[in-house]
Formats: sequence, C-alpha cells, structure tokens
Amino acid sequence: MLRYYLKLGMLSIRANPALSALMVAAIAIGIGACMTIVTVRHVMSDNPIEHKNDRLFHVQLDNWNPNDPYEEPNEPPEQVTYMDATALLAAGRAHRQVISFKSDRVVQPDGDDILPFQEEVRATSADFFPMFEVPFRYGSGWDRAADQAEERVAVLSAAMNDRLFGGEDSTGRMLMMNNEPFRIVGVLDEWHPVPTFYDLNNNPFDGPEQIYTPFSLAVSGEWGSSGNNSCWKPPEDGGYEGYLASECIWIQMWVELTSRAEKEAYAQFLDDYVTEQKALGRFPRPLNNRLSTPEEWMINREVVDDTVSVLLALSVLFLVVCLLNTIGLLLAKVIRRRNDISLRRALGASRGELFKQYIVEAGMIGVAGGVLGIGMTWLGLRGIENVFSGYDFIDHLVTMDWQMTGLAVALAIVSALCAALYPTWRACRVSPASTLRIQ
Amino acid sequence: MDIGPIWRAMLRNKSGFVLIALQIAVTLTIMVNAFGIIQERAGKIDRESGMDEANTFAFASVLFMDYEREQRKALIDEDLDLIRNTPGVVNAIASNSFPLRQGGWSMSLSLEPGSQTPESVGTAIYFVDEHGAETFDVAVIDGKNFSPDQVAWSVEDDNTWPAYGIITEALGKELWPDETGSIVGKTAYINDNDPVTIVGVIDRLQAPWQGWSGVEKSMLVPQRRPSEFVRYIVRTEPGMRDELMPAIEAKLAASNKDRIIRDVVTMEQTRKLAYVGDAAMIKILGFVVLLLTVITALGIVGLASFNVSRRTRQIGIRRALGATKPAIVRYFLIENSIVSAIGLGIGALLAIGLNIAMVEAFSLEPLAWYVIPIGMLVLWAVGQLAVTGPARRASNITPAIATRSG
Repeated sequence: MLRYYLKLGMLSIRANPALSALMVAAIAIGIGACMTIVTVRHVMSDNPIEHKNDRLFHVQLDNWNPNDPYEEPNEPPEQVTYMDATALLAAGRAHRQVISFKSDRVVQPDGDDILPFQEEVRATSADFFPMFEVPFRYGSGWDRAADQAEERVAVLSAAMNDRLFGGEDSTGRMLMMNNEPFRIVGVLDEWHPVPTFYDLNNNPFDGPEQIYTPFSLAVSGEWGSSGNNSCWKPPEDGGYEGYLASECIWIQMWVELTSRAEKEAYAQFLDDYVTEQKALGRFPRPLNNRLSTPEEWMINREVVDDTVSVLLALSVLFLVVCLLNTIGLLLAKVIRRRNDISLRRALGASRGELFKQYIVEAGMIGVAGGVLGIGMTWLGLRGIENVFSGYDFIDHLVTMDWQMTGLAVALAIVSALCAALYPTWRACRVSPASTLRIQ
Repeated sequence: MDIGPIWRAMLRNKSGFVLIALQIAVTLTIMVNAFGIIQERAGKIDRESGMDEANTFAFASVLFMDYEREQRKALIDEDLDLIRNTPGVVNAIASNSFPLRQGGWSMSLSLEPGSQTPESVGTAIYFVDEHGAETFDVAVIDGKNFSPDQVAWSVEDDNTWPAYGIITEALGKELWPDETGSIVGKTAYINDNDPVTIVGVIDRLQAPWQGWSGVEKSMLVPQRRPSEFVRYIVRTEPGMRDELMPAIEAKLAASNKDRIIRDVVTMEQTRKLAYVGDAAMIKILGFVVLLLTVITALGIVGLASFNVSRRTRQIGIRRALGATKPAIVRYFLIENSIVSAIGLGIGALLAIGLNIAMVEAFSLEPLAWYVIPIGMLVLWAVGQLAVTGPARRASNITPAIATRSG
C-alpha cells in the first residue's frame, strides 16, 4: 500500500507544481535559516576534549582587589600570577599540571627564501602534550626535567613544519627565533581544537599556536605575554623581575585529576595554599578558588556569543513562519481535493488509510524540503562566511558535519509532518459522499 | 462596502485565515525586533573615531635582534625622521595603539591618591609626543597641546607615571561631573599615587575597543617608549595615503634588517575589521527580514488564489447580480485588511514580549516607539499588494459562470 501512496503523492505533487514548489521552498528556506545558525552554534560550543571533561580542571585563585571583584558579582580572575603558577607547579600535587601563556616571537628561517616573520608561540610546561592529548607525527614533547633545566627546545605544528622544512622529519634540526637557536624535538600531527579550550582569552577560534617552547625558558628569556594581562595594582618594582613578583595575572593554569577524591584533595590544597599566602599579606579577598571543567570554563567565558543566541531565537521563529505557510498551503490543497477524499471514503477507504495517504504525501514534501534545506544551509554558511570575511577564523565556524546534515533532514521531515497533521486531520473529517451530492 | 458580511463569511472558514493571521503576527515580531537590532548596530558603526580616517595608516615595527635601550631610541628617532620628512606626510608618531584597533592599554584614574577605589574611572592610554595631536587629528578645545619639554623617554625600571595628560571631553565629564568651568590644571591620580595634571582637553578620540561602553574615554600621555615593538601612525595629505603607504613600508624595511614591518593597515581597513560583526549582523538580519516578507506575501497570494478558485461560482453570481469589478477587488482587499489587522494586533503584542525578553537576556536596547507602527504599516501594505493579483483575477470572472451548474 505504501508504494501506492507514494505514487499517489507523486501524482498530487505533480498536479499542483506551483503550490508544491512553494511548500518545498518554504520548508527548505526555513530549515536553511535555522540550520545555518544551529551549525555555527554547534561548532562554537563544541568541546574538543569532551572525553576528558571530568579529569581536566582550569585553576582560578582570587588574588584581586579587596574593594572590587575581578568581575561582578564575585568572579575570581581568569588567569593566575607568575608567583602562584610556579608555586603550584613546583608543589606537583596534581596528576598532571600545565602553566602556559602565549608570546610574540620573530622566526628567522634558514636561507633567504622566507623572510623573517612574527609568530605567536606558546610557552608551556611539559605536561601540555600528554594532558591535552596532542598527537605527534615526529619525535615528542619535552619532559619535566627539560622544564627544570630550561632546555632550548621547541615543538612545531604540522603546518609550521611544512612551511619551514617542507614537511620532512625536522627533529634534531635548529630553529632561530629572536636570534636564539632552539632544537626541534617534536612535530605535531594535525591538531585543530575549536575553540582552543586551553586558552579562551582573545580569540578562541583562531586555532592553536604553531610553535611550543618550555615555560621556564621563556621566562628566563624575559618574554612578555601577547595575551590578556591585567593588574589590580602596579608592580612594586620595575622591569621584568618586578613584573614576575607582581599581582598581575597572565598565565593559564590547568590540572589533571583522575578521581573525585583527587579533585577534592586538590581543592583543599588550593585553599591551604591561599590561606598560607594570606598570612604573608597577599590574597586580601575571601577564599574564592575555583576548579572548572573545560565545559564549565567555556560556558563561564561565554564562548558562544550573545549575537548567535539572538540569531538562533530569530531563526527558530523564522522556521515557524515557514511552517505556518506550509500548513496554510496544505490546507488549501486538502480543501480543494475534498471531492476526491469524499469519493474515496464513499468507496470504502477508512480514516486511517486516508491519514496514511496524506502523511506519506507530506513526508515526501518534507524529504524534498530537507534535501533542498541542506543546500540552503550550505548557501547560508557561505553567506555567513562572506559577510564575516574580515575574520580569519570564520572558515572554522562554517563547516557542516554529518551530524548537522542528518539533523537538517530530520528537522525537515519532523517539520513537514507537524505541518501536515492539522490539514490531514481535516481531510480525514470529510464525510463519505458529502460533496458528491451537488455534483 | 459593509464589513459585516465579509467578517461572517470569514468565520465560516476560519482555519486558512487564522494561519495567515498567525504568520503575519510572527513576521511582524521578527521584523521589528530585527529592525531594532539593525538600528542599534548601525548607530554604533556611525560613531566617529576622531581621527582623519581617510588619510591615516599605521604599521608595527618589531625588532628581533638584541638592541640596547639607547640603540632602540636611536632607531625610533631615525624612523620618525624618515617618515616625517617624506613629502606628503602631514605628521607621524610612534605610539602603542590607536582607535578601533581592539587592543590597547587601559588604566584607571581617581581623584584621590591610594589604592583603587570603586569610584575610579577607566580610560584608554595613548603614548605620544608633541606631534600626537596633529597625527590623531584632534582639536585641543581647552588648554594646550604638550610642549616638547613635557615629553620624555620612559626610564628603565621606573614605573612612575608622567605628570601631564591630555584627556577627552567625555573622560573629563566623568571625572569631574559637576565642574562647569575649565578642568585644565586639575589633578587626577593614576598608578595609585602618581599625580597627573590635565594640560589640555580634546574633542574626541575613541579608545581602541569599539565594544567597550567607555569607548569615548581616552588620555594622551607625553611619554616615548623604546620597546622592541613600536606602532607607527602616519597621517598624510588628502589623497596621498595609497601612494605613501607602500613607499614608507619599503623604505623602513630597507633601512634596518634587524626588524620586521608588519600589520600595515589603513584606518579604513581597521574600521572595517572592527565592525565586521556589526555590519554582518545588519546584512544577515536585513536579508532575513526581506526573505520573511516575501514568504509571507507568497502565503497571502496562495490563500487568496485558493479562495478565488473556491468562490468562482459565488463571484460569478455577484457579478451577475450587478457587482462591479472594483467591488469584487475591494472585497478581497477588505478581507485581507481584516486578517492583517488581527495578525498585526497579535504581532505587536508578541513583538513587545520578545523585545522585553531579549533586552533582559542579551542586554539589547529596547525598541524605539515608532518601529512597531511602521512595521505594521509596511506589512499591511505588503498584504494589500499581495492580494491585488488574485483579486484582479477574481474580478475578471465572467457573470456567465453563475449560469453554469456546479
């Protein structure tokens, strides 16, 4: 029977090409608008380290101004000071711990083919690579001993290795930055976490850094941070030394804790540490330390822009308009075909059978709208890419995956079926032979 | 024509009209709220930075070889000489940032010395020399520009703040809200305890962050900083920018190989980048509103066409009984007006509701009072226009139809 209904549906769609086209187009445009925004939001709110979400924690300590919280109502600063970062790292109380910041360096390639260029380099402690499961193509990261010895080593991303060494195994070779040589110990495989959850300051969609060096080495070389940098009071002494000893925050800190008990123990350790520091005259605010999972941290930092939420609300309403439109058109179609329906009822078709017939027809329109809607979503994403063309990162946000494609089709079919319910119900209510009399 | 019979006829076949009325309601809701956002964003983009944007460009010089402090000072002096002596250049400075760049230095000023009090006022900082006012194209409306002896190089390992400052009118108003006379000569405190004497007030120079609510607050500070990273800002004679920008970049790149020149941008490009998000939002919402209006209009056409074909016989009878063609057209126009009125009434309430929700959730500005009436008028006109086609077709039905059976 289903094949027969499919055939009938096809005939009915062909019988009213303009009306059917309008319905398919309305669903497709509604789905397209909605899915474009849903896709952008999906990519923005993605958690690239979801499988370790219960083990990784972002560390915050409240060393801020006694009169004025870092952020209303009582948010601790989003980064930590040099004093605290190094003290917590040295204590080594977590399974793994990462302190890092980014800094602008000038890379001086060998030969004259490539001119020197500036690059954002991540200075980090050794655990960065195992903790965030960064994949390696050649070599590996450095170890904690290298951190302590301030070894002059560097890790390159695959793209940077392609650019500087033509993609070959460059481990053991040298890289010049700001006139200082670094030995390359590792080359990453493709790694593109979006957003860059480990540092949500500045732009979390720009992608990860292309060069990594030990944190301790960067500090001994007096590298400045090119990321956010806030102080609630001026450093007491000038120069880099004064900066390191100040209450300025510029370092992102993460720890890996393997169990709930370990997390509780670490939270207690942080409280003890701050209490101890209070005795030395630091940390004038009440105890307010925080450990956040990557997901909590992304929500806290509002990685998903308000603008996207506004657009999402409007696009859902947009889909509603398109569906109201489709309902209206389907209803018109049903009422126009009242004669057929009452004839079929008179010849013995049950309400259930009629319901099936019209739902199948609506489903066909839904599938067509969904398929066309995927095309519309693609167009919509190209449109978004186009109007945001000044942002380098926009191409990370406008990619469709299978998940989103499936969702588009499912949304289209569900929408079409919802739209079909009322008109179909109306069709089923037509009584047998009611309209035959006046013929 | 009497509205009564039309209304009663509509009641006999409600569902189609209810759907169209709902569609109009939701369309109005989206339309006016989208328009409100467009208005807000357009207003932001229209603000002036205070600079001579058409004739100014900027670039950064990044030293990567180890230079002593004195060497760095000498390089900056050399660079500035070279730029300022290029024919067609009005003036140039080495600074830390400029309006619309979205990255810069901020400090807080307070009226009392001591640790930051809740009453302190945040401001953007631009380090300049006596050429700053001309390069930024700001008018000193009170007091004076810096004199050369007020400008000094920063001292190594010394964080003491320079003793003079030129501030924007907006910053002055926030620091001394009750002062009606001149604020020149007054003192504010920065860095907790360092006094800053106001020597001049300028009309307008925006902070580098266009999204900051205090964007109009900035201060010029008479200090030169010999860092490895220097941002040069160059103002040219009208029409000379595009010629001078690559020429000066090449000259500076050639003059010293121990640094790189990067981030060469015109102020127009900087503005465009700063407002990409706002401009995009305007385009997206504009497109959404247009598309939505078209879809709603098509829905109205669909329903009207359907009604015309269903009522073919009745229209024929009316024509046969003496109704004129315009009378038939009028019938459909009035019918549409009734549906529109209901839809727009519901829509106005929905629009206000959504606006209140959005203002709460996303701290948007509330709608201007006239947006909803204008939206209603526009949608009513669109509805009338959409129904005209089918109504014309209806009026062309021949009275003879009435004589045919079923």
